[in-house]
Amino acid sequence: MKKGVKKGRIALFFAIVIAVGALIASTVFDTAEDINLGLDLQGGFEVLYEAHPIDDDQEINSETLSDTVDSLNARIDVLGVSEPSITIEGDNRIRVQLAGVSDQQSARELLATEAELSFRDVDDNLLMDGSDLVEGGARQNYHQDTNEPIVTVTLQDAQKMGDASQHIIDNYDGPDEVMAIWLDYEEGDTFEEEIMKEDSKIISAPGFSSGALYETDIMISGSFTTESAQELAGILNSGALPVELEEVYSNSVGASLGEQAMEQTVIAGLIGVALIFAYMLAYYRFMGVIAVVTLTAYMYVVLVIFNWMNAVLTLPGIAALVLGVGMAVDANIITYERIKDELRSGKSTMSAFKSGNRRSLSTILDANITTLLAAGVLVYFGTSAVQGFAVMLIVSILTSFLTAVLGTRLLLGLWVNSRILNKKPRMFGVKEREIREL
Amino acid sequence: MNFDPLNSRIDFVKHRKKFFAFSGIFLMVGLVLLMTIGMNLGIDFRSGTTVEVLADDTLTAEEVEEQFASIGFEPDDITLAGDDHEIAHVAFIGDLSQDETLMIQDHFEDTYGHTPTISTVTPLVAEELAQNAIIAVAIAAVGIIIYVSIRFEFLSGVSAIIALLHDTLWILTIFTVLQIEVNITFIAAVLTIVGYSINDTIVTFDRIRENMQLEKKVKTKEDVARVVNKSLVQTLARSINTVLTVVFAAGALFIFGGEAIRSFSFALVVGLVAGTYSSLFIAAQIWLGFKGRQIERRRFDGDKQEVEDPQPEG
Repeated sequence: MKKGVKKGRIALFFAIVIAVGALIASTVFDTAEDINLGLDLQGGFEVLYEAHPIDDDQEINSETLSDTVDSLNARIDVLGVSEPSITIEGDNRIRVQLAGVSDQQSARELLATEAELSFRDVDDNLLMDGSDLVEGGARQNYHQDTNEPIVTVTLQDAQKMGDASQHIIDNYDGPDEVMAIWLDYEEGDTFEEEIMKEDSKIISAPGFSSGALYETDIMISGSFTTESAQELAGILNSGALPVELEEVYSNSVGASLGEQAMEQTVIAGLIGVALIFAYMLAYYRFMGVIAVVTLTAYMYVVLVIFNWMNAVLTLPGIAALVLGVGMAVDANIITYERIKDELRSGKSTMSAFKSGNRRSLSTILDANITTLLAAGVLVYFGTSAVQGFAVMLIVSILTSFLTAVLGTRLLLGLWVNSRILNKKPRMFGVKEREIREL
Repeated sequence: MNFDPLNSRIDFVKHRKKFFAFSGIFLMVGLVLLMTIGMNLGIDFRSGTTVEVLADDTLTAEEVEEQFASIGFEPDDITLAGDDHEIAHVAFIGDLSQDETLMIQDHFEDTYGHTPTISTVTPLVAEELAQNAIIAVAIAAVGIIIYVSIRFEFLSGVSAIIALLHDTLWILTIFTVLQIEVNITFIAAVLTIVGYSINDTIVTFDRIRENMQLEKKVKTKEDVARVVNKSLVQTLARSINTVLTVVFAAGALFIFGGEAIRSFSFALVVGLVAGTYSSLFIAAQIWLGFKGRQIERRRFDGDKQEVEDPQPEG
């Protein structure tokens, strides 16, 4: 083997670092600005509802209010807003606070709709309603011919659909031979009036040109966008609200952590990161430089992924981020300690690097997978803040694996394989006298 | 900070009874205090009253606080609302009497020309979140035990969960003793500690597993103790460096992060240190206790059954 130093690899290292650095420097501010901050960090808007009984038998008590909060939570999930604040006030009021919602009007509509589907003829006679649907059977789909976004719902009984469509075919002709699919029909609404409206409660009025339909799967094609079809399917699945909600008022609301909290938190975070960098450099010397590069990349990638997901950063999210930084640093430390161990045992730089990487991998994998597993459970079983925390944690762990394990291997590997570090254990923070003869 | 496993005289295992006793007494005291005094629950977990103050101009939290102070009230939380912050939600723990309600209404009608609306708040939602967090973590713990049982062994899983419980109870105890107010953000801090505790414990167990495989004969409890101690010394540099770096991050939030998240970041700092302590002194030592007993029992059984079963399971 040649003893010479391979300068090409070191040049490649600098090329990668400069390219990544340039990418981060040129986009980090835009990325940071795009991050949606949660209610606790930047405020949002709030709606105060008063709950009314749906019928005379119903009583508004803490149980029905609590059920209503659950349904509201399910709907807010549909909106993709994380960590809303929902509080029960007095005997019959519910305050909903949402952060980072750009379209407040549609959010309010989505929250307060009763989500009761009904199928009627043009004279508004009820043919089928929500109780005929299979629970949780609504789905967003695409029409097979036109490729337009549609919503499909599943009926419990094909016979009922057949009877209903036969009724329409027998009794109506021409433009009246349609079945009106209503969302939130109220006593007094009529087909004639409603079909003319721009924002109609009738989401679709299909005809029956090919005879009666004896099927359980019904396609509802309205003028949907993919998004609005997804929302409708989501609301239908989350179920009807147990009570009727009347909006008392809505307005914007300030951050609960105060105006300065965010700025202070960011500064504090930067100080913390600077301390970590300083410590890694002092302790691991040359490997610390690699750690600084990969940790910087880690934080940037987490921000970018977070933006892609359109997630909302809240205090629990920051907690998960701190834990994620900790686990990314930990992955670096585990690897470096292993490499130092191997160097001390008298191995050459190259073989210490190789076996240090190999032996640290299973440690990092087991620790990360265990934490990932726990985070996965929290996403599945958790609600709002618990879920928000866990999602952020999963993103952090996966990213840290990418940067701290693969990134470190690549970057440190370029230097090690260039042979420039051969016989320089001090660069790794290992003193000559600690090295044992093989 | 290099800990050479060959020359190190650090003996974690010898003093383990002392650490068990220390943690045991500390947590017992904590449990008793939790049951008697209880935690200092904040507005999120207590039923209370909100007063919605409406003004014509922009309000500040300080201004509203002064107004309440002038009639002898101390609000527990103030949030500003409205596009120009002309509304303030002011929260009080507990109910207000009829007289107090009237007094507040009169005062703010005189000051801002609007009668504030006053309503009671129930802590149902925060309580449900706390409950949900507990249930979700409990299910996660079962998942962890299963995974660790597959990758390591069942006893490691149980020890890891005991360490996790230890860390959680630890932070609850400290918050109870210091009577620091606990709000919804505390749940996030506890979740972080749970995550760190698991990560840290697994790294330690990983080294023990590796050393157990390297070791030719692990026949007695003393052998296990030696392996555990060696593993802890070998991972000590990593344990200290990792906890130092995460404490840098959490400590910076604590010192520079502002009043609003101080109790949150305090919980993080305390919990992270507790997580490292429990990995070194509790988790591995509990495992040693379990494993030692298992080995002793197996040796005993093995002596008896040697004729029928020459290959003891390993």
